[in-house]
Amino acid sequence: MNAAPLLAVEGLTKYFGRAPHLVRAVEDVSFDITPGEVLGLVGESGSGKSTIGRLVLRLIDSTAGAIRFEGQDVTKFPERHLKLLRRNAQMIFQDPYASLNPRLRVREIVGEALDAHRLASGTRRVQRIGELLETVGLQAAHMSRFPHEFSGGQRQRIGIARALAVEPKLIVADEPVSALDVSVQAQVINLLQDLRQRFGLAMLFISHDLDVVELMCDRIAVLYLGRVMEIGSSEDVSKRPRHPYTRALLAASPKADPDAPKIRRMLTGDIPSPMAPPSGCVFRTRCPAATEECSRNVPKLRSAGGGHRFACHYDLAYDEEPAAA
Amino acid sequence: MMGNQHLLAIKDLEVRFRTEDGEVTPVRGVTLSVGAGETVALVGESGSGKSVTSLATMGLLPRPAGRVSGGQILFHRRSGEITDLVTLPLPELRKLRGSEIAMIFQEPMTSLNPVMTVGEQIAESVRLHMGLGHGAALRRAEEMLGLVEIPNARHRIHEYPHQMSGGMRQRVMIALAMSCNPSLLIADEPTTALDVTIQAQILALIGRLQRDLGMGVLFITHNLGVVAEIADRVTVMYAGQVVETGSVREIFRAPRHPYTSALLNCLPARARHREDGRRVVQSIPGSVEFGKEGCSFAPRCTLAADICRTGAVTLDDETERSVRCLRWREILA
Repeated sequence: MNAAPLLAVEGLTKYFGRAPHLVRAVEDVSFDITPGEVLGLVGESGSGKSTIGRLVLRLIDSTAGAIRFEGQDVTKFPERHLKLLRRNAQMIFQDPYASLNPRLRVREIVGEALDAHRLASGTRRVQRIGELLETVGLQAAHMSRFPHEFSGGQRQRIGIARALAVEPKLIVADEPVSALDVSVQAQVINLLQDLRQRFGLAMLFISHDLDVVELMCDRIAVLYLGRVMEIGSSEDVSKRPRHPYTRALLAASPKADPDAPKIRRMLTGDIPSPMAPPSGCVFRTRCPAATEECSRNVPKLRSAGGGHRFACHYDLAYDEEPAAA
Repeated sequence: MMGNQHLLAIKDLEVRFRTEDGEVTPVRGVTLSVGAGETVALVGESGSGKSVTSLATMGLLPRPAGRVSGGQILFHRRSGEITDLVTLPLPELRKLRGSEIAMIFQEPMTSLNPVMTVGEQIAESVRLHMGLGHGAALRRAEEMLGLVEIPNARHRIHEYPHQMSGGMRQRVMIALAMSCNPSLLIADEPTTALDVTIQAQILALIGRLQRDLGMGVLFITHNLGVVAEIADRVTVMYAGQVVETGSVREIFRAPRHPYTSALLNCLPARARHREDGRRVVQSIPGSVEFGKEGCSFAPRCTLAADICRTGAVTLDDETERSVRCLRWREILA
């Protein structure tokens, strides 16, 4: 994967509010996505994963850092150039109920994108909307209906059709299947996989569900309190995790197997507030292996080979890690 | 746990709701049981009727729109008496809830009072149900917070719910539920809103309390991972009916109902490689429909035959293991 990146994020930082209520939502995050690649962002509450998705599409402005889309820094784009960005990068949201205007017909919801970028008009427009609906597994005849006439899974398909209307190169998908039932979730995951292959779409796939991310993504970045803890191929991160947080996260996810070992290395305590992140390594307050060093210095990402990197002062084997109570 | 020894036995429960479009029946003949010291998971997707079943059991159906229109909910009381919760007058049901039956929900703020300290709330409950004096009740509150592993309980009893994190509030709600030594805990999606590392803590806590206190637990969830983690037995619901009941190992290893196997195969962890190398999960086409005739799952079932669309399907009851499918023997053979 040596292709020029489609998206290159460098030192991305976002603070909300001001002292003493400054929220450090995203702190010095870097990653790239090559054309057609799917990068997963996983993390718990306060990890900054959704904020990063919004920053990339410039739905909100960053505090520092660069976001280069095809080499151009979009953080420096004037407002009028944003349309160009959104012609190439689109978003799919978590809640298929809140993200579609209930007063518009499907025709208008999907057609808006075509109109905004003057991509089709007249009969061509209607034809194109029909095609898009069929692409996502709905029928052309559905275009005259309102959102409330659809199930959750179907609404998510409408949201996907809307995102595809401009033929984007990148899709930011923010928890696109989290609100769906398991059987419907599977339908939407398979649809996204098909679309990805068919259109060579790159995706920033945001989710808290490690199983879904592992299935959908080529690479995974694990976030904790706004920082990248570990990044690498799906295989490396999920099968050979190097960071104690990634290991804890994997261990804490319930396995749908009654014979899987029940005792886990359980993290104690709560996720600290992003308003008062711990000094040094942000994970140290819950890390079973933390030392003095961890409270003093922020660990830099270091290489584990093959593009696999992790941010820990130590490089502990699983069995060296003391299991927490 | 056979026959009358069930702590909770729901028999042929039917629930109806009046809506603008007429009457609907979201629960149609549900039968399940929970033994003392046993954890039973009630699992299903949206519209399966699992939440309505739990609301009916707790006597919390929205009135007057919802009502139990058939069946029994038998509860084995400490006194030895077996009481039908369906016919029990409301004041007596209230007394039972919060003493012998406790409940926890997805959102702790629905059961916590925002303007009372957590200590006062627990103390109030034990004063009411156990008849303790003020000082003893507060001491009991502190002890309960310790039991649910809230650090620094002596000081935390003076905090208000809003001063606590989501995970801590969930612990407070569990402490409140445990404060009167219930013999049955009904847990309705108690970890669904929590982060996975916090969920692991709460599941471990519920498991420990269940073992230490010998409670029966009816755990309602849509998350199959959570089911595998905590359940002894599993009841699977679809379209308002029980489609299968069995031990957790039977359900996950050797499911008999086509819906149960299809649901398990929808899990991302069970994805398979396609010929082109992509990994895909099996999905269930369409969405849930309440069939008028035949098997409710037939419209989405890849194994359905003509008989499934017309024949009456009953729960093939072997007490501890049951399945609602006309063809399961044939399919598994």
